[in-house]
Formats: sequence, C-alpha cells, structure tokens
Amino acid sequence: MQWILDLSGGLLLIAGSAFLLFGGLGLVRMPDIFNRIQAGTKTTTLGTILILAGAAFLNPQWGFKLLLIGLFLLFTNPLSSQVLARAAHRRGGDKSPKATVDRLAEDLPDRRSRVRDSSASGEHL
Amino acid sequence: MSTLMIAISLIFAIAMISAAFVAIYAKRIAIAILAAGLVSLLASVMFLFLAAPDVAMTEAAIGSGLTTFLFFFVLGRVRGEKND
Amino acid sequence: MVETLIIIAAILAGIAFLLALGRFIEGPTAADRVVAFDVLTVISITFIVFSALIEERGIYLDVALVYALLSFLGVIAIARYLEGRF
Repeated sequence: MQWILDLSGGLLLIAGSAFLLFGGLGLVRMPDIFNRIQAGTKTTTLGTILILAGAAFLNPQWGFKLLLIGLFLLFTNPLSSQVLARAAHRRGGDKSPKATVDRLAEDLPDRRSRVRDSSASGEHL
Repeated sequence: MSTLMIAISLIFAIAMISAAFVAIYAKRIAIAILAAGLVSLLASVMFLFLAAPDVAMTEAAIGSGLTTFLFFFVLGRVRGEKND
Repeated sequence: MVETLIIIAAILAGIAFLLALGRFIEGPTAADRVVAFDVLTVISITFIVFSALIEERGIYLDVALVYALLSFLGVIAIARYLEGRF
C-alpha cells in the first residue's frame, strides 16, 4: 500500500512543478503586465497547492501544517494579484495593442483622466 | 547535503548575485529596494538549506519583511505624490 | 523511486525559477518586477517543501508558513506604494 501513496505523491509533485514551469514561461512570453499577472499568479497558486498535496501524500504526519500553508496561499495569492493589478491600472502602465477594451477605465472616468494627466506629464512606471 | 540540495543552492546563489546587480544598477530607487529585499529573502532560504531554521525565520522577518516595508513607507512619505 | 520523482520535480521548478529571475532582471516596469518577485517567493516556498521532504525535517514547514505571510505583506506594501497611498 505504501508504494501507491509514494507514486501518487511524486506524480502530484511533478504536476505542480509543471504548473510552476508554465507560470514561469507565461511570465517571460506574455506581452503585457496584466497578462503577466494572470500567468504568474494563477498557475503558481495551483502549482504550489498541488506540491503541498504531494508532500502530504509522501509524509502524512505533516498534513496539518501543509493544509495551513495551502489555505493561506489560497486566500492571499489572488488578493495580492488583484491589488497589484489595480495599482498597475491606476499608474497607467503600458497595454498591449491587442487590448482594446478597458471596462475599469470606463467605470472610473475621473481616475482615467488622472492617469492621462500623469502620463502626459512624462511620468512613467 | 545531497547533490540535489547543492544544485538548488547554486541556483539560489546565481539568483542572489543577479538580484544584487539589479539593486546596484537600477535607475529607480523602488526597484533597488525591491531587489535588496529579494537578496535578503533568498539569503534566508540559503540559511534554511544550511540547516538553521531559526536564523532563516529571523532573516525573513527582519531583513526581508520589516526592512522592505519600512523603506517603502519612508520613500512614500519623503517623495510625496510623485515618485521617480 | 520517490527520490527520482522529487529530483524531476525540482528540476522543473528550477527552470521556472530561472525564467522568473530573467523577468525580474529584464522587466521594463516596476509592476513586472513585483510580479516576478511574487513568483520567486512562491517558488522558494516549494523549494523549502522539497528540502523538508529530502532532509525529513518537519520544522522547515514553519519557515515556509512565515515565508507565505511575508511575501503577501511585501507585495501589499509595494502595491500601496505604487498607488501612491503611503
């Protein structure tokens, strides 16, 4: 029975590392800051949680600590990515030419004008 | 310390040296602070690989967390609205 | 068998670490560097879990928990600075 736990734990580790690799690849290849945030945070969240699950399979007496780390990452990683995306949008970072729709700027006309003013005065990220 | 741990330590050493060069040659001061925080964070991982978890925890809390937060807080207070 | 699987997983995570490091060095804007910083800390947490698995010491996971907390606080502080809210 032990080898089933070992094999499934190792395969979960490899699956999580493959998700991390895709995240790093997307971080290099994506054209835009918002695409990089998408590729860099979602895949790493899933990959880390898969790796923690694999470690819990390999060593079951660490289950509580690994569950705690996984829950913490699951709650805080999307929050930090959202705060970061809002900051990048408010600073008026460069967008890809294919990104034509900007619903947040349509919803916040005053902030958009402020971003335009700051970009017109030559202040960039 | 197995061969795998030595290889991982080499990767972390390369990352620390690269982040230190970014901290030296960065144009904006915020990027330099960020790179210095990354150097400290990776240094605490190296302390952990050298089997010193308490030193690693202290380094991560003080060197990476508190120092980076304090530098950004003071930089935001000093420069005001426009931060170059 | 478990050792081989852990080695393959560590090699994949190491390649991801180097790619994110390249984005951190190159990154044209500050927000790119913050995203790369976040990814580097998350991959560091996975390396801590790997080292805990290899060396069979459960106390390393406490350091991983401190890491998750500190990377979250750091990214929040940097994002608030970039918004100009300090």
